[in-house]
Amino acid sequence: MALLSNTAVLLGKELRTEFRSRELLTTTVVFILTIVVLFSFTFDPSVSESRRFGPGLLWLAFLFAASLMLQPCFLREQNNDTLSALRLSVNDPFAIFLAKLAANTLFLLFTQILLLPVFSVLYNVPVLAAFPQLVLVMFMGSLGLSVTGTALSAISAQARMRELLLPLLLLPLLTPVLIASTEATAALLVPNPAMRWDWLGFLLAFDVVFLTALWLFGEYLLEE
Amino acid sequence: MTPTVFAPTGIRFENIDKRYGGLYALRRVSLEIAAGECVVFAGRNGSGKTTLLRIAAQLARPSSGTVSFLNGGEERCGTLPPAGFVAHATMVYDELTAEENLLLFAQLQRIVEPAARAEALLQEVGLAERRHSLVRTFSRGMRQRVAIARALLNEPAVVLLDEPTTGLDTEGASWFAQTLRHLRDSGRTILMSLHGESEVSTLATRAIRLDAGAVVADTLTGANFRSILAFANA
Repeated sequence: MALLSNTAVLLGKELRTEFRSRELLTTTVVFILTIVVLFSFTFDPSVSESRRFGPGLLWLAFLFAASLMLQPCFLREQNNDTLSALRLSVNDPFAIFLAKLAANTLFLLFTQILLLPVFSVLYNVPVLAAFPQLVLVMFMGSLGLSVTGTALSAISAQARMRELLLPLLLLPLLTPVLIASTEATAALLVPNPAMRWDWLGFLLAFDVVFLTALWLFGEYLLEE
Repeated sequence: MTPTVFAPTGIRFENIDKRYGGLYALRRVSLEIAAGECVVFAGRNGSGKTTLLRIAAQLARPSSGTVSFLNGGEERCGTLPPAGFVAHATMVYDELTAEENLLLFAQLQRIVEPAARAEALLQEVGLAERRHSLVRTFSRGMRQRVAIARALLNEPAVVLLDEPTTGLDTEGASWFAQTLRHLRDSGRTILMSLHGESEVSTLATRAIRLDAGAVVADTLTGANFRSILAFANA
């Protein structure tokens, strides 16, 4: 119970500080828009090509955006050593991770939903027919990105080459999420969309495994 | 200060070593701090003062040795009721207001009536009128006041202060000395690191000098006391 209430308090803090500074959301939205527009102009894909390659491009853009967004996750706790204050205040440090990954998932989902209409227009792929299913896939994919990224952000924040370390660790580790999310999205962008529960199940398993690892070993990631 | 309810707590460090790679930050430090003592750690930069305080706060683990807490005659290894910790960094969020910061940490520490406690502390540190201002708009001294208020939220029995007067002007340092006197007189155990003599250092009841991670002098108030503090400026 204390874990959930502390998580809720910390999530409130994450959202409040972000909506006040708008650092992460603004940069991520601009970055992700730039990538999608550049891909569109570079390849100028036909409708069939868009359906074939679009989901992959979309999730690659999400992946790069996630590595950008997750970088400051723990880094900005170091500015005033607020991480130490949090560690002194919570009984279970897992609450710190839970709040951060919940906030990261929400931020990623927000940017993805914002980007979807732009993607639809630029790549001439209708998304409204399977919009709720797409949001579900995006949520599961974002959760996968966030769980892994939050853990790695805690590790890289203490390293010397922290700016380079996170993408280097994150991108290979997220390949399974990229494949599963792309396949599940592709199945929803065809003329007769269908939910690929097998890939969704895979995403769920990935999320559960990494969340469990974070719960078991998260405390050690925060130690000096 | 508001009336306090806490169990007087002492600290025992036994053969503490702390290594960062091959570098020793602390070497075989053994100390016993009685409940209610006000101890000042002096020493040059890099002598291990901050590391020792962070180990006492349980923010860092010793590479070897043990820290135990003496609470009402009972010795407990490695389980300190949360200590009030004021570091060189303010440990508060710039993007939150003074009140939001205190409320956040009060809620996390599950303090009963967090709003009332935050309000009382804002009054005590003289920031009640600026409660709705973002901390990033504060001067260094005002930030330090918020930091001190945050550290006192849970009525800690042990207060750890790492160069607490950094950034405070004369008036701020004087205010802090007064606050510290109240804390000391209320029976709290206080461990602080300082650079040189000041109004604050005169409140200490014991001075310990660290050099290269080892305790090289330990004295109660007396003739050696000033020399230990003066050494920090050397």
